[in-house]
Amino acid sequence: MKSCLVVDDSKIIRKVARRILEELDFDIQEAVDGQDALDICKNSMPDVVLLDWNMPVMNGLDFLKALRKTEGGTSPVVVFCTTENDMSHISAAISAGADEYIMKPFDREIIESKFVQVGLL
Amino acid sequence: MKSEDFELISGLLKQRSGLILPKDKVYLLESRLTPIAHRRGLDSLDELVSEVRLKRKEDLLTEITEAMTTNESFFFRDNKPFDLFKDSVLPQLLESRASRKKIRIWCAAASTGQEPYSLAIILKELSAKLVGWNIEIIGTDISQKVLDKAKMGLFSQFEVQRGLPIQLLIKYFNQVGELWQISEDIRNMVSYRKYNLLDPYTLLGSFDVIFCRNVLIYFDQQTKTEVLEKMRKLLPNDGTLFLGAAETVLGITDKFKPVQGQRGLYSTADASMEVIGKLRAV
Ligand SMILES: C[S@@+](CC[C@H](N)C(=O)[O-])C[C@H]1O[C@@H](n2cnc3c(N)ncnc32)[C@H](O)[C@@H]1O
Repeated sequence: MKSCLVVDDSKIIRKVARRILEELDFDIQEAVDGQDALDICKNSMPDVVLLDWNMPVMNGLDFLKALRKTEGGTSPVVVFCTTENDMSHISAAISAGADEYIMKPFDREIIESKFVQVGLL
Repeated sequence: MKSEDFELISGLLKQRSGLILPKDKVYLLESRLTPIAHRRGLDSLDELVSEVRLKRKEDLLTEITEAMTTNESFFFRDNKPFDLFKDSVLPQLLESRASRKKIRIWCAAASTGQEPYSLAIILKELSAKLVGWNIEIIGTDISQKVLDKAKMGLFSQFEVQRGLPIQLLIKYFNQVGELWQISEDIRNMVSYRKYNLLDPYTLLGSFDVIFCRNVLIYFDQQTKTEVLEKMRKLLPNDGTLFLGAAETVLGITDKFKPVQGQRGLYSTADASMEVIGKLRAV
């Protein structure tokens, strides 16, 4: 079973994402902000990170940059999942090493289609 | 809805677009035709049906037929056919058409354009290999409304997230307000025309590849056979046909054969062993 770290400051979003991803057979961990996520990753790297952008303490982009510099941090597939839906944010995320990008609102179909694209399903 | 009304409308649909509407889909008639009634200042679907019965006005019949089409589509739908196009069909054509340097592709139920545009993007990505080639993509559909949308190349956020890798969104789309527009050079690679698959295919010319995906499912057996046999006449012996995941030629026509191991891809029944070998190669 593949592991997925869901990083979002909204409890509701984490819950929705968890439900979808568990149905797709992922083992889920949750983090409430970038720093929380980084601590979890340093402890054990997930296979994939579903990542919000705007969060207190450390935002998604800063997390991604820090993750990619961490030992073993290039291996997780990182999929942004955010309300930031303009080209400049998308480009910035991809340049910083994100593998895919989901613009909220999302549903099961979008998550599934994006996960297929990055070879997780 | 009264059963004679259902018979009238479903008969009309079958005759005009090939659509078979089973009785249990009567709710679809109601949900899609009631707005047409209201737009025309009629109180109810019943009144609309009387209008159809009494006047048989062409524009109304067209509007009803178009409203009953299912236009769902997504970029790189099912992935596999597009991989097959890129890795098996196109290399075969580049070899066999090397002297003419011309390839014609027909998307026979193009809907809002995701399928032809996916092909155009594949070709664009390969453009270094295709210098000097003239590759035409023609998208047709019975519905003018979807073709207008396809021509604009404007897609919602939801639509660009179904099947389209983010790298390709960045590369080939521009943001226009809430929507995403496919770039002009991709749009210019596809031409669109209104065409009913039930009509004779005399005005289309011949093709090397036909995509006829997710439309035969709406037709009855006889219509499927007729459509596929007309398509066969537009293809040379080494031409290829792509059908949707729920569609097949088996039991419908012997003019095409599934290419073993390549789901969704069909060769003509007259293809040589050599061509079939190449289509199976990847
Ligand atoms: C579900 S869409 C398929 C789109 C695309 N080929 C795909 O696979 O994603 C089916 C399309 O077939 C069109 N269609 C239905 N009957 C037709 C007919 N008789 N002639 C031409 N197009 C037709 C509909 O208007 C609709 O846009």
